[in-house]
Amino acid sequence: MRKVSRLSRFNVASLALGLAFLYLPILILVIYSFNASRLVTVWGGWSLRWYREFFNDRAMIEAAGMSLRVAVASATIATLLGTLAAVALSRGERFRGRTLFSGMLYAPLVMPEVITGLSLLLLFVALNAERGFWTVTIAHTTLTMCFVAVVVQSRLGSLDRSLEEAAMDLGCNPVHAFIAVTLPLIAPAIVAGWMLAFTLSLDDLVIASFTTGPGSATLPIRIYSEVRLGVKPEINAICTLVIGLIAVVIVIASLASKLSSSQGESAALL
Amino acid sequence: MSARRIFARPARFSAIAPYVWMVLFFLAPFAFVLKISLSQTAIAQPPYEPVFELTAGWEALKAGFAALSLDNFRLLISDDIYVFAYVRSLTVAITATALLLLIGYPIAYGMARLPKRRQAVAMVLVIVPFWTSFLIRIYAWINILQHDGLLNQILLALHLVGQPVVWLSTDTAMYIGIVYSYLPFMILPLYATLAKMEPALEEAASDLGAPPWQVFWLVTFPLSLPGVGAGVLLCFIPVVGEFVIPDLLAGSNSLMIGQTLWLEFFTNKDWPVASAAAIALLVLLLLPLLLYERLQKRQLEEGR
Repeated sequence: MRKVSRLSRFNVASLALGLAFLYLPILILVIYSFNASRLVTVWGGWSLRWYREFFNDRAMIEAAGMSLRVAVASATIATLLGTLAAVALSRGERFRGRTLFSGMLYAPLVMPEVITGLSLLLLFVALNAERGFWTVTIAHTTLTMCFVAVVVQSRLGSLDRSLEEAAMDLGCNPVHAFIAVTLPLIAPAIVAGWMLAFTLSLDDLVIASFTTGPGSATLPIRIYSEVRLGVKPEINAICTLVIGLIAVVIVIASLASKLSSSQGESAALL
Repeated sequence: MSARRIFARPARFSAIAPYVWMVLFFLAPFAFVLKISLSQTAIAQPPYEPVFELTAGWEALKAGFAALSLDNFRLLISDDIYVFAYVRSLTVAITATALLLLIGYPIAYGMARLPKRRQAVAMVLVIVPFWTSFLIRIYAWINILQHDGLLNQILLALHLVGQPVVWLSTDTAMYIGIVYSYLPFMILPLYATLAKMEPALEEAASDLGAPPWQVFWLVTFPLSLPGVGAGVLLCFIPVVGEFVIPDLLAGSNSLMIGQTLWLEFFTNKDWPVASAAAIALLVLLLLPLLLYERLQKRQLEEGR
C-alpha cells in the first residue's frame, strides 16, 4: 500500500521556506540594531550605539512609558471583562440578546481598525471627553477583550464539566464552585489572554492614533512618524527592545499553558 | 434540576458587564458615525456642522432630521478618487488573499503531515510572529527592500541585476508586506481542517489508482474547504480596510479606502466624508460575510 499521508520532501521544503520567510526579516532587523554604522544597510561592526541614542531620546522614552501604562491598564480590564464574557457564552443559559452579544464580541476581531478607531473617536468627541490615556485605554480594552474572550472560551469549552457538577453535588453553590474549581483550571488561559491583550495594545497604531490627544502619543505612533520620514538606525534598536519584551511575555504565557497541560495530565492520572 | 442548569443561571449574569461595555464602546459609536456622515462639513472645531443637538429639544430635533443630507454619500459615488479607492481595495484584497492561499496552503499541509508532537511546535512557530508587533514587521521589510537594502545588495553581489531595483513604494512591496503580516491568519484555519482530516481517505484514493495531484484535487482540497473559507475571510476583510501596510510600502499614486478615510480625517479634516467612507466600507465588508454564511448554510443542507 502506498502511503500518501507520509511527510514528503515537498512538505518539508514548503514548511522550511515558510518559516524562513516568517523569521528572517525579524532576525535581520535584530542583527542590524547592533550595527555601528550610521547607514542602516552598511555593516560597521557591533555596537550598542543606537540603544544609547534611544535611552537619550526623551520623547521616545515618554511614548514607551505611555504605551506600557496603556497596555497594562487595558489588558487588565480586558481580561476581567473578556473572562466574564467567555463564562457567559460557554456556561450561561440562553439570554435575551445573546446573538447580538456574541456578534459584538467577534466583530472587532476582523473589523478594519480604521473603522473601530474612527467610531470611538466620534463617540469621545460627542461625549466631550478629554483625549489621552483613558480614551486610548478604553479603545484598546474594547478591542482586546474580544481576543481574551475567545482564548478563555476555548479553554472553558475543553474543560470537563463534571468537575463543576461534582463540586456542586458536594454542596458548593455555583459561584463558589466556579471560584474553587473552574477558575484555577482556566487560570492559564486567563494569563495567556492577558498577555495577548498586552501585546496587542502595545502593537496598535491605528486605533491609538484616532483616540489619543496631543502630547500623549504611544510608542507605535512615534515609531510610525519616524519611519515615514525615513529609516533611522535608532528605530532598529527600539524595535529589538519591543521584540525582546514580547519574547519574555510569550515565554511566560507558554510556561502558563504548559502548567495547564501538566495539570490536565495529572488530573487525567487521578 | 441538574447541576448544569443551576450553574447556568448565575453564569448568565456575568454577561452584564461586558455586554454594557460593548454596547457603549462598540455599538453606540456607530450611531455617531452615521450621524456625522449625514452632517455638513464645516471649517471649525470640530470640523462638522452638528445636525441636531439633543439638548435643544424636540423642535430642534425635527429641524435636524429635515437637514439630514446624503451629500457626503453622493460625493463618494461621484468623485473618482473614492470609486478608484474602492476598486483598488477590492483588487488588492482579492489578489493578496489568492497569494496568501497559494503560499499558506503548502505550509499548512506540511504542518499537518508532521508527527503529532512536531505539529505543536510548528504551530507555536507560526503563531509567534503574530505576537510580534505589526508595525515592526513592516518596518523590517523597509530595511530589506529599500534602495541600498539587503535584497538589492544580495542581488547585486550575485550579479543577478546590474543596478539596484526599486522595490519600496511599489505594489510588489505592498503584497510582500500583506502576505507576510497575514500569513498566520491563513495558515492556522487551514492547518486546523487539514490536521483533522482522515488520512485513510487519501490512502483509499491512492490505492484506487489516483495519481497524487488527483488525490489532492479530488479528495484533500474539497475536504479542506471549510478551512479555506475561514482563512480567506480572516484575511480578506482586514486587508480591504488596511492602512499601515499600503501607506508604508506601496506608492502614493493609488490609495486604498482605508488610506482615503485616514487622509480625509487627519489631513483634510473632513469628518463627515470620512464617516461616510467608513459606512460605505462597512457595507462593502458585509457582502463577503453574507456570502460566506449562505455558502455554509448550503453546505449544511447538502450534508443532510
